Amino acid sequence: MEKVTNDTIKHVATLAQLEFSEEELAKFTSQMRKILEMAEELQAVDTTGVEETVQVVDRDTVFREDVPEKWQTREEMLKNVPDKSNGFVKVPVIIDKDDNQ
Amino acid sequence: MNYLNETIDSLNYKLKSGAVSADQLAKDTITNIKKTDEKINAFITVDEDAKPAEDLDFNNKLAGVPIAIKDNIITNGLKTTAASHILYNFEPVYESTVVAKLKAAQATIIGKTNMDEFAMGSSTETSYFGATKNPWNLNKVPGGSSGGSAAAVASGEVVAALGSDTGGSIRQPASFNGIFGIKPTYGRVSRWGLIAFASSLDQIGVMSKRVKDSAEVLNVIAGADDRDATVSEKEVPDYTSFLGKDVKGLRVAVPKEYMSDAVEEGVRKAVETQIELLRANGAIINEVSLPHTKYVVPTYYIIASSEASANLERYDGIRYGYRAEAKNLDEVFLKSRSEGFGDEVKRRIMLGSFALSAGAYDKFFLQAAKVRTLICQDFDKIFEDNDVIVGPVSTETAFDLNSEISDQIKMYNNDILTISVNMAGIPAASVPAGLSETTGMPVGFQIMAKRFDEGHVFQVADFIERNNKFYEQTPAGLED
Repeated sequence: MEKVTNDTIKHVATLAQLEFSEEELAKFTSQMRKILEMAEELQAVDTTGVEETVQVVDRDTVFREDVPEKWQTREEMLKNVPDKSNGFVKVPVIIDKDDNQ
Repeated sequence: MNYLNETIDSLNYKLKSGAVSADQLAKDTITNIKKTDEKINAFITVDEDAKPAEDLDFNNKLAGVPIAIKDNIITNGLKTTAASHILYNFEPVYESTVVAKLKAAQATIIGKTNMDEFAMGSSTETSYFGATKNPWNLNKVPGGSSGGSAAAVASGEVVAALGSDTGGSIRQPASFNGIFGIKPTYGRVSRWGLIAFASSLDQIGVMSKRVKDSAEVLNVIAGADDRDATVSEKEVPDYTSFLGKDVKGLRVAVPKEYMSDAVEEGVRKAVETQIELLRANGAIINEVSLPHTKYVVPTYYIIASSEASANLERYDGIRYGYRAEAKNLDEVFLKSRSEGFGDEVKRRIMLGSFALSAGAYDKFFLQAAKVRTLICQDFDKIFEDNDVIVGPVSTETAFDLNSEISDQIKMYNNDILTISVNMAGIPAASVPAGLSETTGMPVGFQIMAKRFDEGHVFQVADFIERNNKFYEQTPAGLED
């Protein structure tokens, strides 16, 4: 397997919306390398012609009538929002001020 | 109130006869939890305002009985954190199905138990709220991820608690704490309101000192739910009806991979004693093989982490939970997640994101999903000729706090005897087998059965409990 480098980990971190300091990056790279070495053992299993299993449910697709029901109020829905105003969720600007000028 | 010598039946009798009121029971339970938790830290949140249901009907076995809930199960109005910084202040505005069912049965929800962050771990050491300690020896871990629920039951803080099991998270802590714990069949209990880790593996179950008490609680929480389409519509039997039976003619399989030299001697001896007990009472013992056992750890960690990386995408700091200081929206996502998740959760998200990424998907995720099929087939084959499969829950007894937390491969290999069950979706339990001769710590005996055959699991567990009477022993770590 191609070597897991700092760059691989940086790329995966971007996919996962995580950021690491240089020190953390070195630690995670070395840990991920060991974990993936373990994962590499699976290549030894002959799975020719084997279907994959992604769930073990004994029901087919379940249908139901699309009936509206009373659920939470707007106030309840917003209860856990860290920053809100007049019934809206507040977030920082999407682009930095500098870019906007 | 300490529950070490109580059962749901004994509490039901006391409440019905008026020896104690449900209000008083709730208050005494909280007082005892606060005192005991100074030593073991089993709870993240205790509900100081916990009130029994009104108009208690003591035909409900759980009426007025305080029950603890693992903190990854949503409780309406009661803080639910999954032991993570990213949900440190989260107050749910809806009810999980299992808690709604417990409340309908008039149980008193007393508090939320500690766990590994997002149920990712085998020691309850990855909790944002600090580790839980093992009541049998305060220098040892309680196992995980349902370590808080297990320690709460083992120390007598509650008579029963809910846990969740994705790769052994009910059975291994039950084993480490000398109590009973059952992971039901995938699809037996609704996952509505269970904070998702790996959706194809997660299952809510019960932990209690006595086997019958878990049967009573499972009777209440099992069954179909319109809000979770993966739950089976199969009828729920009365699980207490499987108790009090013998094991004559029962076909019991023992996988040779579960009794190898990798299993610590004290564990193996305690497990062998239970197998001999079954044999002496007329069970037919068959040695079998689960040939893919050596591949289950990597298979599980790829599948579970892939599902986790998708499930944990929702934590973005916008609608609930921790939001980091940031100068723009992208930074809110990045910093909230990076500051909100602990290292183990990040490792799993990273592993999952990698295994699902372009170029790695076929080699890792797809291959693991195919090996999962082979693991399921291994079980199918054994269950053609056997009623149950038995063996140890873990290769060792509870290990020292801080001894394995920095070695991921060692920690992940803790789960080797429990994770196959989740991949096949079958039911399994841990029942105490005694104390290890080598470590003096509790050993768990694992019982697995076919999908929806919790009956055989309860039958064997109850038989073992009645014979070895492990419940008469008291955790040594709580003595002053």
